[in-house]
Amino acid sequence: MTRLTVLFALLLALGSLVPAFAVEPGEMLDDPALERRARDLSAEIRCVVCQNESIDSSNAEIAHELRVLVRERLVAGDSDQQVLDYLVARYGDYVLLRPPMKPETYLLWFGPFVVLLLGGLGVFVYFRHLRAAPAMPAGLSTAEEARLARLLAEESAKDPAEDPGEEAGPKRP
Amino acid sequence: MTRRLLFLLPIAVFAVVAGYFLWGLAPDRDPKDVPTVMVDKPTPTFDLAAVPGLGVPGLATGDLADGKVVMVNFFASWCVPCRAEHPYLTAFVEKTGVPLYGINHRDKPEDAAAWLTELGNPYQRIGADPGRAAVEWGVTGVPETFIIDGDGRIRYHHRGPLVPEVLERDVMPLLQALRG
Repeated sequence: MTRLTVLFALLLALGSLVPAFAVEPGEMLDDPALERRARDLSAEIRCVVCQNESIDSSNAEIAHELRVLVRERLVAGDSDQQVLDYLVARYGDYVLLRPPMKPETYLLWFGPFVVLLLGGLGVFVYFRHLRAAPAMPAGLSTAEEARLARLLAEESAKDPAEDPGEEAGPKRP
Repeated sequence: MTRRLLFLLPIAVFAVVAGYFLWGLAPDRDPKDVPTVMVDKPTPTFDLAAVPGLGVPGLATGDLADGKVVMVNFFASWCVPCRAEHPYLTAFVEKTGVPLYGINHRDKPEDAAAWLTELGNPYQRIGADPGRAAVEWGVTGVPETFIIDGDGRIRYHHRGPLVPEVLERDVMPLLQALRG
């Protein structure tokens, strides 16, 4: 019983290691090189009704239709780009899992770097300010210097005569 | 002054991010919507045979550029939203007199015939599509509907059932505009 459970767990673990492919044997091409291209291309094409799955891994009917279509076009001599262009003409860029680089998608491609750059700029400015700021407040003004001298003079004048000492100070509660 | 503006920067960033979230949560935004690129394109090249037993002719590209505004509707007997839209579509066609052409998507002829016998047939032509025509039209599922102008150009593409709200809001005004 335990051995069976272990075996089952092992099978489950192995099963999760193998990526799921939906390609049916009947769809495959006889030419392995062409089939390889079809597989690679299929991984780039979105199954338009399944949120974020490629047609290579989806079991949806439209994914099957598109897989067959991709193979037909490759057999007919289309380049990979021609196949993608054919699909984009009908389903738009949405059909591509990797968004193309064009003015509408510049924000998507470069946005993160712009944010990083802005953040870096902020950190740079912050630290430069920190270094440029004086560590100590500026010296006393002449009026303050004069007042300080007067106070010190008063203090030293009465100091030797009657030093109140600690006891005479205001009692702390 | 520039320092004062710098303090506003976090608020500006927050406003942008919050605006984006608000857009993402908007109740009338459907993240499952697949954008269409078919509008303003000429009708795709296709030639579909008639569905046996229906008594209406098939449908090909040539039938769509005869100077009339027509509607093309992808449907199937196994499709539940198609059943939901069928009475509205029928009523709309009767009211406006616009020719309605059907493309029967991945269906068995006998099932399609039974379905149309039960619900009534508003289609003047019906082509049987084993699947490829849907790709040519950029269709992702059934039902989907197109409006074709007299020159054979696609002027409207709707994914999902044509409920009265959509017919009144989008289809009716466009039809009136196209017919002049």
